[in-house]
Amino acid sequence: MKKLITILLLAAVPLLGHAAGPAIKLDKAHVDLRDQASLQRGAQLFVNYCMGCHSIQYQRYNRMARDLGMTEDEVRENLMFNPDHRIGDTMTIAMPKEHAERWFGTTPPDLSVITRARGSDWLYTFLRTFYVDESRPFGANNAAFPDVGMPNVFWHYQGEQRATFGGSEDNPVLESLTIVPGTGSMSSEKFDDAMRDLTAFLTYVGDPIKVERERLGIWVLLFIAFFTVLAYLLKKDYFKDVH
Amino acid sequence: MSTMTNFVAWIDKRYPMTQVWNEHLAQYYAPKNFNFWYFFGSLAILMLVLQIGTGVWLAMSYKPDAELAFGSIEYIMRDVEWGWLIRYMHSTGASFFFLAIYLHMFRGLLYGSYREPRELLWIIGVLIYLAMMATAFFGYLLPWGQMSYWGAQVIINLFSAIPVIGPDLGVWIRGDYVISDVTLNRFFALHFLLPFILAALVFIHIVALHKVGSNNPDGIEIKQGPKGNRWSPDAPADGIPFHPYYTVKDIFGIGVFLFLFAAVIFFAPEMGGFFIEYPNFVPADPLKTPEHIAPVWYFTPFYAILRAVPAVAGSAFPGVLAMVLAIVVLFFLPWLDRSPVKSVRYKGPIFKGMLWMFVVVFIVLGYLGTQPSSPFMTLLAQICTILYFVFFLAMPWYSKIDKTKPVPERLTP
Repeated sequence: MKKLITILLLAAVPLLGHAAGPAIKLDKAHVDLRDQASLQRGAQLFVNYCMGCHSIQYQRYNRMARDLGMTEDEVRENLMFNPDHRIGDTMTIAMPKEHAERWFGTTPPDLSVITRARGSDWLYTFLRTFYVDESRPFGANNAAFPDVGMPNVFWHYQGEQRATFGGSEDNPVLESLTIVPGTGSMSSEKFDDAMRDLTAFLTYVGDPIKVERERLGIWVLLFIAFFTVLAYLLKKDYFKDVH
Repeated sequence: MSTMTNFVAWIDKRYPMTQVWNEHLAQYYAPKNFNFWYFFGSLAILMLVLQIGTGVWLAMSYKPDAELAFGSIEYIMRDVEWGWLIRYMHSTGASFFFLAIYLHMFRGLLYGSYREPRELLWIIGVLIYLAMMATAFFGYLLPWGQMSYWGAQVIINLFSAIPVIGPDLGVWIRGDYVISDVTLNRFFALHFLLPFILAALVFIHIVALHKVGSNNPDGIEIKQGPKGNRWSPDAPADGIPFHPYYTVKDIFGIGVFLFLFAAVIFFAPEMGGFFIEYPNFVPADPLKTPEHIAPVWYFTPFYAILRAVPAVAGSAFPGVLAMVLAIVVLFFLPWLDRSPVKSVRYKGPIFKGMLWMFVVVFIVLGYLGTQPSSPFMTLLAQICTILYFVFFLAMPWYSKIDKTKPVPERLTP
């Protein structure tokens, strides 16, 4: 009887897991870390639009060149804007923390491991859900990160995104986001692709060894499997005479 | 005589090398019917060695400094040659070590390996488990991420909840009024020290084991059975020499275990947030409490017990007490079991039912400990906490009245 009760209790457990979750449904990023062209486009977006404020202080330029299939000269010419930086340096920014704090009210976080903390899907959703909100200091708010301190840096690509709220006046609930036609230079699909590239780049930066690790992992598992089969045969042979 | 035998003779005259080899391996007679559950002792030793090995290498590049710790882990992951592998082996190793130990302890429950004459062996084992928990707790602060910081905060606050001496004790453990650089430094020192104490305890555990001999799935004492086997006329008839039989068998077990271990390291090092919690990729911030603080999975059953007990007069102490008792009760297990038989194979339906209930309760508590609390979850945790203690505290009664089966004279294959 006790067993039955506990089995029933256990069965009820998975139903409870959905109680807490993110405020909005996250869109799947579907990043492909083996698509170097996508990672390169993402790197380009990052150094042009993000790296004014956000560092990736654990990522080195030359490691990025190697992993993303670029020469060091290509990186120097296209992706390094700080004249003091050398190819072996980490990708830090010039903005002092104290200034950032004064300008934004908070220090823009380092993004080296942001995809590991929040997930690629979250980042992809975040990048695409900025909307116009006159009450915010920079005129923009975000559906994935309410009251974010960051301005909408990609508005000219995406266009003006407007939010429709439902719910009550005290407790507004975000219902939908719509882009005002003709305000952005990219189509919705093109913008999504660009943000996927950027997300892919930051996913790479979060764990740069991942592709190599998984490639190696296959061989490691094959070796251990082979070893284990031999060990099993040896064990079986020894235990032949144990009855 | 060859040079080799000369050399061995020279050593043996000065150190009992051959004697130790024989007494503990080549002429240590273990029951011949070890099954799946008997792999986890040697696997736990393997994990201890791996943790010490990878840990020493990590310590060569890690910086126990509140300003540098988080960055030094990323430095290990990116700039140290094979640093990512060593770090993932260590972080995954902690979870696999606990996995092996939990299965090893469960084996003890299954076959009554804590019963006379193995009470002390079991108690030393529980001490090993405690030392492991302390080591894991100290180690978890070192990456200096948000979960490291706030997880340690929660656990140190448990000590602070002790009446009268609590607040001072908390300050004494932290070395500060909040968790700070000084806490990180001492936790690093202790995290480095404890594994060696752990290794010493494991040594004592094995000495105790070899004094009384290994139990087996039948719970029969082979030393009391007939004598004489192929290797020695005085050895137990149902015993086989540990080496080569169980060394060879354990190598096979190690192969299977390492396959799973490598699968996690190479393909899912965070294990969906269970082995490395995602918020730990955000550097520790004393001013920003995470929405939901949860310890790593191997502590969550006890964390769930802690949260299940309501505060009395604003003090969380009763919960702390319940959590401590949940572990302390393990020490008394040898005297709580009054069944005339050792192994679950010959125990009756009540014990079997209780044991499986305990397994379910432990897993449910473990799950609840990872989740944010809600009224229903808390109620479930309270029911499970009561059942957890019922398993132990009612054991003297139900193990005695249970209908057991006759135990055979000799081992069954």
